[in-house]
Amino acid sequence: MKRIYLDNNATTMVDADVKAAMDPFFSDMYGNPNSLHSFGTEVHPAMREALDRIYEGIHADDEDDIIINSCASEGNNTVIKSAYYENILSGGKKNRMITSTIEHPAVSNTYRFLEKLGVEVIWLPVNKDGLIAPETLAEAIDPDTTALVSMIWANNETGLINPVKEYAEICRENGVPLHLDAVQAVGKIPVDMRDVKADFITFSAHKFHGPKGIGGLYVRQGNDIIPLIHGGEQMAGRRAGTINTPYLIGMGKAMELAVKNLDYEDTEVRKLRDKLEDALLAIDDVQVIGKRSLRTPNTILASFRGIEGEAFLWDLNQQGLAASTGSACSSESLESNPTFVAMDIGNELAHTGMRFSLSRYTTEQEIDAAIEVIKNAVARLRAISSTHNKEYI
Amino acid sequence: MSKDSLIGGSLWEQYSDKVTKRMNNPSFMGELTEEDAAEKGAKLVVADYGADSCGDAVRLYWLVDPESGKILDAKYKSFGCGTAIASSDVMAEMCIGLTVDEAVKITNLDVERALRDSPDRPAVPPQKMHCSVMAYDVIKKAASLYKNVDMSVFEDEEIVCECAQVSLSTIKDVIRLNDLKTVEEITQYTKAGAFCKSCIRPGGHEKRKFYLVDILADTRAEMEHEKLNTPPEEKTFSELTLIQKHKAVEKVIEQFILPILNADGGSVEVVDMKEEEGSTAVYIRYQGACQGCAASSTGTYEVISDTLKQKVDTSIIVYLL
Repeated sequence: MKRIYLDNNATTMVDADVKAAMDPFFSDMYGNPNSLHSFGTEVHPAMREALDRIYEGIHADDEDDIIINSCASEGNNTVIKSAYYENILSGGKKNRMITSTIEHPAVSNTYRFLEKLGVEVIWLPVNKDGLIAPETLAEAIDPDTTALVSMIWANNETGLINPVKEYAEICRENGVPLHLDAVQAVGKIPVDMRDVKADFITFSAHKFHGPKGIGGLYVRQGNDIIPLIHGGEQMAGRRAGTINTPYLIGMGKAMELAVKNLDYEDTEVRKLRDKLEDALLAIDDVQVIGKRSLRTPNTILASFRGIEGEAFLWDLNQQGLAASTGSACSSESLESNPTFVAMDIGNELAHTGMRFSLSRYTTEQEIDAAIEVIKNAVARLRAISSTHNKEYI
Repeated sequence: MSKDSLIGGSLWEQYSDKVTKRMNNPSFMGELTEEDAAEKGAKLVVADYGADSCGDAVRLYWLVDPESGKILDAKYKSFGCGTAIASSDVMAEMCIGLTVDEAVKITNLDVERALRDSPDRPAVPPQKMHCSVMAYDVIKKAASLYKNVDMSVFEDEEIVCECAQVSLSTIKDVIRLNDLKTVEEITQYTKAGAFCKSCIRPGGHEKRKFYLVDILADTRAEMEHEKLNTPPEEKTFSELTLIQKHKAVEKVIEQFILPILNADGGSVEVVDMKEEEGSTAVYIRYQGACQGCAASSTGTYEVISDTLKQKVDTSIIVYLL
């Protein structure tokens, strides 16, 4: 059975060119870049090139820092806990932190942990479009008491893109640092740190065809960060641990390719996504979450009335199609999706969500085949369903 | 925590082959109609349980022979995950051939056991147990409709968790049947407390009449109480509480030992008892003529010790104070 992978918001295939770029740095040039001898120093040119590509990829200035770490979860933890150490643990006046109800667990669970330590966290709700309105942030922010604002750039479930440029302006006016989780933005839409004046952003290479286990934390000049991991002097003392040289070089290559392919993403991937979306919407009682124009070009979160998400995922998987459900039955947390709640999507649809996420490797044949697989699964499961009695098309 | 828990996404790997087969090819899925009922001279029963908003909903169809009360045919429809569909499928099959009164006795554990590949390996991981609870609740619903009685005949209709529509008796039942010890386990088995969380403990966003923490504490206390109230004669000596052991010792002393000692103007009292590893220590003190009697530390002591060992339990060791 030829399988089809439409779960690229979870992770992506490593690009063959990325793999090739990494290859020499496992067994040939394996020196520790901190060593003074030739084994260490011969790695430096490739590392510099990788950093150049990453800086260029997100339009960072040379005076800014991009701390290479293990993943965006690490980056998010670093920024949030650093702000906590610096402002709150020290007994300062800025003792509140702001985030949203639609963050990835890497941000939301870090804030929940801080809440347990007594920190006041303000959770901003989304509007009917599924976005955090800039006015909502403007109302909650307080120059005297807000220590940090953390917002998701593009949501992993819905693909909805938040107005981050406006957030940056509001934060600057109030003198509050802004932290953006850019995991689902990098490689899918332009990320330009000269345009969006955020103070911190985080990303992971494996979301844009790089390897797993490597990521970056962008720190705009003028901001300081207290390390999450203490130890050696790597990353100018801001993140200890021997740098994963081959993966850094892989991330550099992946970033270069991702940026080069942004146009393709915006046109070709979008076209295939729209084709799939149109086919889903042609099925009776299917709803797609969020306006197309407000989403990353590769993502669809759809609700299929009468079909529980995990059962749907099971049927798709039986036919070789990989997608993702945030539905209650399969996940640890049984709470309704906050985006569903905020967008006033009926409670009875809370368990019927299915996410399809494409990549630049997705082909039209795959989309055509996926449409058939999805229709089969919908027909079978609606025949079993006790809550959907209508013929399905 | 263990090695197995370090890699995620193993949910489906924990399903039995039977669950997989039933999910892929459900045999009892479908509907029964009034025409089907008329053909067999049976009464049609259609019962709904659960809701879309809970992530689980099942409809059970029965054809019941009005004379014998036997379920002639059963089918179902299900909105739920793979284990919910598989549980409903096996539940419908189990109903066929039983009387309604017999069917009501099917529990979620019977459903889950029927889905096991081997007797000692669960058919589904713990967080999926609630799917079989749903299959068992719908039977009670169907029986109540057939008998035209309230479901409270079969269960207390007091709903503790509105989101998941879980009743007080269901919660008490799963605690007892599965020997549950935490609120998290109750949530895994019944989904109660999984949604708005108001019913877990006071202080949630909605005030409730019952809270899971209280039900758990009360039911556990009831279970302990019942254990204690089992008549001592039905238990072995080692299962008795210390007070019950004391009573058993006193009884034998009164019946068999005191008459002998009293005849010589002496007596004995039990001063203390202690449970030790594999034995029970009984501390005694002589009274009256026994005090200072030469035989009291030898012959009399042996009589007391032997009698208690024989009449009460061999694990008893008598200490003289």
